[in-house]
Order: sequence, then structure tokens, then C-alpha cells
Amino acid sequence: MSDVTDATTGKRAPTPDDALRIADSNQGGPVLAADGRPLKRSLNRALRMQKLRALALIAPLLIFVLITFIAPIADMLFRSVENQIVSETLPETVVALSDWQPDGGELPSEKVFEALYVDIFMAQERKLHTRLGSRLNYELTGMSSLLRKSGRGVKRFDTDIYTEQFTALDPSWADPATWVAMMADKANRDALPLTARSWARWVDFLEEEGDDPAKEDVEDFLFTTLYSDLVAGNTGGATDPRIAVAADAVGGFETVSLRDQFKAVDKDWVNPEVWRTILTYSPDYTSGYFLNAVDMQQGHDGPETRPENQQIYVKLFTRTMFMSLVITGSCILLGYPVAWILANLPMRTANMLMILVLLPFWTSLLVRTSAWKVMLQQQGVINDVLVWLGLVNDSARLVMINNQFGTIVAMTHILLPFMILPMYSVMQTIPPSYMRAAKSLGATDWTAFWRVYFPQCVPGIGAGSILVFILSIGYYITPEIVGGTTGTFISNRIAYHISSSLNWGLAAALGTILLAVVLILYWAYDRIVGIDNVKLG
Amino acid sequence: MVDNMSGDRFVEFERVQKSYDGETLVVKDLNLSMPRGEFLTMLGPSGSGKTTCLMMLAGFETATHGDIRLGGVSINNIPPHKRGIGMVFQNYALFPHMTVAENLSFPLEVRKMAKSEREEKVKRALDMVQMGAFGGRRPAQLSGGQQQRIALARALVFEAELVLMDEPLGALDKQLREHMQFEIKRIADNLGITVVYVTHDQTEALTMSDRVAVFDDGRIQQLAPPDKLYEEPENSFVAQFIGENNTLEGEVMEINGGLAVVKLDDGELIDCKPVHPSVKPGARTQVSIRPERVEYNKARLQEGVHTLKAEVLEFIYMGDIFRTRLRVAGNEDFVIKTRNAPDQDRLEPGRQIEIGWLPEDCRALDA
Repeated sequence: MSDVTDATTGKRAPTPDDALRIADSNQGGPVLAADGRPLKRSLNRALRMQKLRALALIAPLLIFVLITFIAPIADMLFRSVENQIVSETLPETVVALSDWQPDGGELPSEKVFEALYVDIFMAQERKLHTRLGSRLNYELTGMSSLLRKSGRGVKRFDTDIYTEQFTALDPSWADPATWVAMMADKANRDALPLTARSWARWVDFLEEEGDDPAKEDVEDFLFTTLYSDLVAGNTGGATDPRIAVAADAVGGFETVSLRDQFKAVDKDWVNPEVWRTILTYSPDYTSGYFLNAVDMQQGHDGPETRPENQQIYVKLFTRTMFMSLVITGSCILLGYPVAWILANLPMRTANMLMILVLLPFWTSLLVRTSAWKVMLQQQGVINDVLVWLGLVNDSARLVMINNQFGTIVAMTHILLPFMILPMYSVMQTIPPSYMRAAKSLGATDWTAFWRVYFPQCVPGIGAGSILVFILSIGYYITPEIVGGTTGTFISNRIAYHISSSLNWGLAAALGTILLAVVLILYWAYDRIVGIDNVKLG
Repeated sequence: MVDNMSGDRFVEFERVQKSYDGETLVVKDLNLSMPRGEFLTMLGPSGSGKTTCLMMLAGFETATHGDIRLGGVSINNIPPHKRGIGMVFQNYALFPHMTVAENLSFPLEVRKMAKSEREEKVKRALDMVQMGAFGGRRPAQLSGGQQQRIALARALVFEAELVLMDEPLGALDKQLREHMQFEIKRIADNLGITVVYVTHDQTEALTMSDRVAVFDDGRIQQLAPPDKLYEEPENSFVAQFIGENNTLEGEVMEINGGLAVVKLDDGELIDCKPVHPSVKPGARTQVSIRPERVEYNKARLQEGVHTLKAEVLEFIYMGDIFRTRLRVAGNEDFVIKTRNAPDQDRLEPGRQIEIGWLPEDCRALDA
């Protein structure tokens, strides 16, 4: 290394001959090009243009894949842990609730209910409380209706007594313009923190609606926060003279308990379980969806399994795995002989049969699945034939559809070409001379097949199995149509949460687990069989 | 049948015919018998039926008619794996998923041989082909020549008495091929095995074989030792297929004392040795002369033989020999070969010469 540096940075300018000589003499160090630069760098420079051109050529596909494939997956991964809706909808409550001890058996303080009042009032104005309701309902049943009821209720709270008492003290409190002026001063805002924050949210909302805050009536909840701030004291720095006056007067104000107001709307609000749920799901990110996806929940002492009657996802995952394995296995059993025949027939006949194998590809998936419904149902073709043959009693027709059996039959049929094609293309490359050689060496037909032919088919079987297994593990349409209740896959549940229950977080968590399972299986397959051994042709 | 067990009728084809489609015969009336220990080559152009014969002997094709016997026993109804015939395939057919040692061990395993005995035999077979160090490799990690040796060792490891080779050297380059020819011949001689060797390369056939069967059109055209095949071809196909050959066409005038006089198409007369049974006075014939047997130096020509006028068309310097193309009796592809000796003339194009040969080198064959 060092002598190269010396020679190339020496007094004399290096000549190509020097470089060559050094390159020859310095076998341990980097090889140099004729101009004395490392050969690697020269090569990189020479190839850079080619690389750029290649990159430009694949750029459209790369961008397409990034946008339509990588980005949605990233979004899905994010959604499975994202939980900002609680802290966005109930910002004051989340903060006020943070020092509440859920295990103390006590209800949160009046402060928390005040914060909840502000948050729910703003949420119902923005019509966000129902969304929050559906989100929290995943975790605790009844939250949806609780929030919907509260949204209606907060407008009828008895907090108007604060409004009346403040305006009785000074009628200018009812003029929104004075509020605008008061809140423009930082000293006032510092003196009335809760009021200032609530006012800011109120102003934001009005401006979004296109209204002028200086003209809209000041709502009761703002007087409630004003009262709360004044009772807390600390109003020394305020510049608005009305604040000092009011601060002296609030001691004699008639009050209203917001806890009782909420309790009047729905007595669930005095149920600590409700508050515990809000507290548990108040952080921006949650493991709740993933816990839910494996039949667990956040309990009092960390994650715990859900009650027996609510467990479904682990069972669905296991079933999906098991049925995919059965489907892959039956595809191998059915596809292997077909591929063998195709590979050993003369080209022309093989091409004819190949069209038959590919024919299902050109038929709509729905048509094929529906055809199985016609075939397998209790009044269907197969049952009719069996009854006609006398093999099955008319009163005891076989149930072959809307269960696991139906799903396995229909999906085996649909995925069979994915097994046959890779097996066929691998078998085609096995020259018949191997079997002949084995037989000439003394092997019986079976030994020659099992010891010589079959091992060479394994890459094709591996490729087909990976294709079929991964396709079936995420299959949706067929199990949806013929699966009934016992033959549905995890994908059907994901689709349900995407389109019906709108619990996208849970759907994303389920999808993430499915993706992880596939990747783990792929990794395991690579370790055991070796992905290099997979051949598609 | 007992006398068939004796050495000279180890492998026997008797009136064997083979048809694939029921309309044409690929092998027509094949009769052949081989003594134990012989190295016999089936030589012929592609489609001549030689590989089919080999496959029938191995048991991969059934004879449509006739009898194939091995050691005096008809093997028509014996499946290939019970025939105990070793075989080397054109593409070697080494099992790619097994190591070299496993490949060699395979025929011993299916014969339920004990492990220690297997290892012993595999080692011996590998040493025989000088591949002892390669037992743990996969076939794909070997060169073509090495794979060829392994294929040979595998065909021999279970001590087959008869080994069939289907163009085993076809995929090798020229130098390696020549080396392996020698190698195969040496091993076959050492072990005293009987070999049926199929090739379309006549040099290979001539250098390796005890006898060569020249196939064409589903028949053996000639079955003879290499020297006899080259020097005394029995018909014009063999004459043209083996080595380089000059052909002149004409009519037989008379046959006298073992010599025939043939009148060429341009009227000149030459002396020939009548070989083919169809050579009779008045019949058309093709006369075959080897390029190296043609003499143009008058001093070396025998007294009294007929000579022909020739014009030099082309002179090619080939190092050890000169190859000169002449126009003789209207044939412009008449070639002579002369040794590059110090006193040898270099015939320049355009020169008129006279050529002649010994009558016994000039063979009158079928037309």
C-alpha cells in the first residue's frame, strides 16, 4: 500500500510505465490502471454511463413499484400502530388525564371533566366525536353510543349559568369583540391558559367555517373555562380590567358539576373502565391493533388474552395456514403427474394439453368459483349423480360447499396451473438419458424415478409450492364465495375490517402479521431448501 | 445353444429389424456376432440406424423382429436394469444431484452391496480413470473430459462385461478427444471387457476398434478391421465414407486374370481390381482410388499400366502433406496427396501431368 502512495506522489510525475511497473510489482495492493489511478476507480468511471442508462431504463418500473407497492405497504405498516385520533380529538382530556391513577378505583377529577367538556364540544362542532366513538368502540363496546350521546348532550349542559353570571357582572363579556381584544394580549392569555387554548381552537374552527370570531356569540364552554381559570387564581398579570373584577367575584358564583352533567347524559362516564380505555389509547402510537390481531388486549397489568368468546384471529391464522398447506399438497399430488405427462409427450401433443392446463387462466375467477358452487352444492351435479347411483341417500346429501372442503377443492383447481407450469418447465430440462442411465446401471423403474428423476424435479416443486402457498395464504374471492363460515381465510376478515367495520388499523395489523408470516416462511424455505434451488424454467 | 456360450458369440444380433412407425424400417435385417473382449464400433451417418441398434442392445428399444442374444441367452424380454450392461451416454448423464462418488456408488447400491465393499469399488474405479481426488465433487464442477471419465468409471464400476458407448466423445474438443480415445481403449483392453461403441467420426472408429461396422440405410455395409475397411472397401458407400476417396465412373470392358479394364466416360481405359459382385463386363461401375495411392512421377509408375492425363487445378500446402486438386477424365474433384519430402515437386496450377496407380489400389465397386 505505502510504496504505491510513495511512487505516485513522488517528485517525478508518474508515467504509465511506472504505473504498470508498480501494478506488476505490487501484487498485494490495489491494481493500478495505466494512468496510475486505481483500476477499480477507472473501471467504475468507465461503467458509470452504462449504469446510468440502465437506471434510466428501469426508472419507470421502479417508480411504479415504489408508488403502487412499497408506499401502500409502508402506509399499512404505519396504520397498524398509528393512534393519533384520541390525542387529536381530546387534546385537553388526554393531558388532564395523564396523572390519573386508573387502579385507584376513583373517578378522574372535575378538571378532567372540564377538559372533556371542551374537547367534546369542539369535537361535536367539527363532527369528529363519532369517528372517535367508532375507534374507541373497537376497544370497549358502548363507546360509540356514549360519544354520540355526549355530542348531543354537551350543548344542553347547564353551564349557561356561568355565562349569565359573567354577563351580570359585566355585560361586555357577551360581546365577542371584547374576547378577541382580550385574547390578543399575551399577558391575558398567560393568566387564563385553559381559556386561551379553548379560545384558539374556537377561533380556528370559526375561521375554517368562514365566520368572524368577533361577531359569533361566545359559547357557554368558554365561560366555563374562564370560570375554571379564575378559580385557579394566578390572574395577577392580566391586563384586561374585567379579569381582576371577575376574579374577585367568582368566589361567590353558583357552580355546576360537569361530572354530574356528563353522568346525566350517560352514567358510563362515571365508569372507571371508560376512563381507563381512554387513558390506554391516548398515546400517538399503540400496540392495541396488534394485540387485538392475536386475540389479546391491554389489561390492567399489560397485555392479556381476550375472553374465550372473543378469540378469533389466531384460529383464523391457523386455519389459513393449514388450508393453504392442504391446498399446496393437493396441487403437488394432482399437478405432478400432469406435468410429467406434459414433459414426456411429443411437443405437439404437449402443446395441446398445455392449452387445457392454461384454459382456466383465461376463464374468469368468479365463473370458475361459481361453477364449483353449482357442482358441489347439495342440489348440485355431484350430489345428484351420487344419489342417482344410489351411493348417497337422498335425505343425506353431502355438504361439500360453504365449508373447508369446498374452499380446498375450488382453490386447488384455481391454483393448479401455478403448480404445473414450474414443474413442467423443470421436468422439460431433464433429459431422458438420466432415467436410461439409471436403468442401465441396474435400477428398477421405481428406483430410477425416485432416486434420479424425482430429486431433479424438486426445484420445480419448490417453486410451484412457494407460488401456490403464498397465493393461497392471501386468497380472498374464492373463500368468500364458497367458504361459508368454516372455510374463510384471514384475508376475508381483513377485507371485512377494511370495507365493513372500517377498522383499518386492525386490518393493517392483520395484514402486517400475514406479510411477516409469509416472509418468515420464505426465509425458512430458503434455509431448508435454498432459494437458489427454485426454478421457474 | 451351449456352443453360443463360447467366446466368439458373446453378443449376437440375428435378423433384427426395427420400425418406429410401422411403415419404414430403421434397421433392416441386422446380423452381427461379437466375440468376448472385442471392441466393435458402429460407424455411420446420422439416421443410419446405429444408435437404434445400440438402444435395442441396451433394452431401451424393442426389436420389431429378430433375436438379440447376450452370452447365448435371448435378452429381448429382459428389462434394461436386469441386463447388466454398462452404458456411457453422449451427454454423460451423470446425475447432477449426486456427487461423483454417489454417482459411482449408485449401481452398487441398487445391487444391495455392503457399504465397505461399495466404497472400495468406487475408489478403485475412480483410480482407474485417474479421478481419485474428485469423489466429493458434483458433476457440474468438472470439466467435460473429467465428466467423461466419471461416466466411464460408472459404467465399469459394477463390473459389466459388456459396455455400450453412445458417441461418448462427441462433446469434447479435438485434443481431449484424441487423448480419451487412447484412454478408453487402454482401459477396455486392461479389463478385457467387450465394447460396442457408436460414433459418426471415422477417425475415432479407425483408431480404437478391433472391428468396425459401417452402417447406412439400416444395414451393415461392411464389417471389417480398420485397415481392411480403409484399404479394401467393399462398396462405394464405404469407400467414400471412410477416408478421402477419388471416384471415376465408367463401364467394365473385360475381366481378365483378376484385373478388370474399365472404360471411363471420356473414353480412356484404366486397370482395376474388380471387388463388388456387380462388376461384370458391360456393367456400370464406380472406380475408387485413395488420394495417397496416386502417382504422377513417371519413374515410379509400373511398366505397362494405363495412365491418365490430368491438369493441376489447385495446390494446397498443408504442412506434412501437399493436397493437389486435378481435373481427371472430366472429374474436377480428383485429389492427390503427396508427402512433403525434400525431393517432392510442388505442382503449380495449369500444369499438365500424367497420373497412374497400381491396379490393386484401384477398386471397381458398385455404380
